[in-house]
Amino acid sequence: MIPAGFDYVRAESAEHALALLAEHGDEAKLLAGGHSLLPLMKLRLAVPGVLVDIAHIDELRYIRVEGDEVAIGALTRDRELERSELLQSEVPLLAHVAAQVGDPQVRARGTLGGSLVHGDSASDLPTAVLALGGSLVIQGPAGTRTVAAGDFFQGFFTTAVGEDELLTEIRLPRTGGLGWAYEKFTRRANDWPIVSAAVVDGRVALANSGPTVLRAAATEAALASGASNADAAAVADEGTSPSADMHGGVEYRRHLTRTLVGRALDTASA
Amino acid sequence: MDVTMTVNGVESTRDVEARTLLVHHLRENLDLRAANVGCDTSSCGACTVLLDGEAVKSCTVLAAQAAGSEVTTVEGLAAADGTMHPVQAAFRAEHGLQCGFCTPGMVMATVSLLRDNPSPTERQVREGLEGNLCRCTGYHNIVRAALAAAETQKPVSA
Repeated sequence: MIPAGFDYVRAESAEHALALLAEHGDEAKLLAGGHSLLPLMKLRLAVPGVLVDIAHIDELRYIRVEGDEVAIGALTRDRELERSELLQSEVPLLAHVAAQVGDPQVRARGTLGGSLVHGDSASDLPTAVLALGGSLVIQGPAGTRTVAAGDFFQGFFTTAVGEDELLTEIRLPRTGGLGWAYEKFTRRANDWPIVSAAVVDGRVALANSGPTVLRAAATEAALASGASNADAAAVADEGTSPSADMHGGVEYRRHLTRTLVGRALDTASA
Repeated sequence: MDVTMTVNGVESTRDVEARTLLVHHLRENLDLRAANVGCDTSSCGACTVLLDGEAVKSCTVLAAQAAGSEVTTVEGLAAADGTMHPVQAAFRAEHGLQCGFCTPGMVMATVSLLRDNPSPTERQVREGLEGNLCRCTGYHNIVRAALAAAETQKPVSA
């Protein structure tokens, strides 16, 4: 399958990318690694008139400690997250989850920012970033603003990033000393999760349990009030709205959610 | 648009449509037919090539995205005198080829895997080849070939 025709422009800097977005309006779409966007374009589910390729903006590829946070450039690739010794010690959940994305070839191209902005509720990295808390730095015509991870994922493939804006940085708390876990259930190797659960620092985030990645609020409240892991996991599907598909029904997913959260809590607190 | 890249050490410039995928550019514009279009959905890995040293699925990369880059395909692995790359030799010796459709992608993924980890365990080989499907489901010999190549090729790099 070959995408419908479009114009291709390579952005040289974040400012250049924003200028191109301003110039082309809603015809334009940002292209990072392309591993979410190009498949949609092949299926004509996305038909942008102009692709602004931001993958070569090296100023947005970095992982560094800044105070009690780790700052990650939005164009940092999954492979770089997975291999980063700094992340493995400071935010090990993210390095571990990055290694679960797709397969090695996909991780060579996919970027953290691209995965977050794509906003697929079945994605690994958004689930991890939601569980980690932290914040996301968004650059636009009016300047730079920072959005809490909990406010970033707004709905079905919808995030806080506007059409004329660019996600530039992800800031995560240094959680290296805390227990964490990621439990992912897939139908086959290299697939998206049917359900996954990320746990760190009292926060529990779920993939594929609603229109966007979401927090298991009832579980978090139970943990905060001193409930056992088993009792907290038993309410993990409260507030979720999973869809049935060929991989499983609604009750199957709810059961899977409770099971995976239970395992994740036990691993994180072990 | 003009797209210039270096493929198997040779620089070439072609006028391509922006929507041209790298795999089609290699096959149709540069006459390099080893990278196959299998699933065309980034699942099967039959189109795997090295892009600036990293294994990628060329059905999910635009030729324009690869402009200015170095691309290596199976055609670029053997030495100038025809001596096979250790990974190619191991696939032949261990009968890792089967029907052959997945082989170019398997070989390129294996080259990348062994560059990152010259002495993988069997499990690491299986994880490293996770992005490549063999429709003969003949993974056993492919994994054996990757392990054999690791034994013979160190410390050679592609």
